[in-house]
Amino acid sequence: MSEQKRSFSHVIRERYCKGCSVCVAFCPKQVLVLKNGKVFAERPEQCIGCRLCEMRCPDYAIEIVETGLDKPVEKDAACVDYSVPPEANHA
Amino acid sequence: MSESLDYFRQNRLPHIWCPGCGHGTVTGALTRTLAKLGIDKNNVVVVSGIGCSSRASGYLDFDTIHTAHGRAIAFATGIKLSRPDMKVIVMTGDGDCTAIGGNHFIHAARRNIDITTIVMNNSNYGMTSGQYSPMTPTGMLGTTAPYGNVERPFDLGKLAIACGATYVGRSTSYHVQLLGELLEKALLNKGFSVVEAVVGCPTYFGRKNKLGGAVDMFTWQKDHAVNVKAAAVMAPEKLEGKFLIGELYNQAAPEFTAQYDALIESVRRKFDNFQGGVRGCAQNSD
Repeated sequence: MSEQKRSFSHVIRERYCKGCSVCVAFCPKQVLVLKNGKVFAERPEQCIGCRLCEMRCPDYAIEIVETGLDKPVEKDAACVDYSVPPEANHA
Repeated sequence: MSESLDYFRQNRLPHIWCPGCGHGTVTGALTRTLAKLGIDKNNVVVVSGIGCSSRASGYLDFDTIHTAHGRAIAFATGIKLSRPDMKVIVMTGDGDCTAIGGNHFIHAARRNIDITTIVMNNSNYGMTSGQYSPMTPTGMLGTTAPYGNVERPFDLGKLAIACGATYVGRSTSYHVQLLGELLEKALLNKGFSVVEAVVGCPTYFGRKNKLGGAVDMFTWQKDHAVNVKAAAVMAPEKLEGKFLIGELYNQAAPEFTAQYDALIESVRRKFDNFQGGVRGCAQNSD
């Protein structure tokens, strides 16, 4: 393990979140809280990037992105063009 | 997640499942596994029956069909036989699979046809307000069991093994990493694979039995699940009231569509030789 601390940012799709607080309860570092019924990353600097919130979220509302690495901009649900049906992209 | 989110019909999200319902977690684990294996979405068919769990096919961006109650495996058998190159996944619930579709399930397992069946066990019929199902534990309450269920539940793992399935695993929505590993092995297994995912139903089963909310149901799974490897060295009295998770069975056996293709090939060869006038061949092979 390197000494350098890895940092993570939290992509939260508020439109998807139903506020079940499964991610909040099982975060090993208590990074997340519920704010107005939606998940919010209160202590993002504490995040260790285990991605348990991302995997357990029943609504695909939270995603962990490692910052500081050269990665493409994540596609957010808010940026998707809903006028195009997904079947149109099939071969 | 963003790669696996491509496997969803994102214009259909957010889904209809209740807050904290484990079905979303299981569907997410499936898409994440498919993304990890790099399977093209044009080569996957998802078939589902009726029930909360069976809504999953509507949110997944594959070739999907939402079929009659309990008949998902019957439809999937037809699809697999006509297109053996496709990866056929059945997403079904405990009532859909073991009650209404019980016969289809045991016979698909007996044939060992290459279908991956994901059974989301929420211990009741959630869509129709929580009637008891064949997998409701004894003594638990339901809409149709107001004084407690007197019937004994199925052990789906043992049922699948006894019927001839070649890969059987069980996990929970809490143990989502294990669920992903089991799904990966099940998808790669040539034969009938069953993965039971124990999920919570906070709206009906949880409320009727006073098990608490979504977080409490996840915690219940954490406290009551024992990995098969840990259970092997545990005293039997310590396993009282617990259930086993992990890989329950994995043994190769001849696969149905491969056997069927081999049969067609052998009959065709015999017939061709006969028509060609080589009588000896046809007689010798009798």
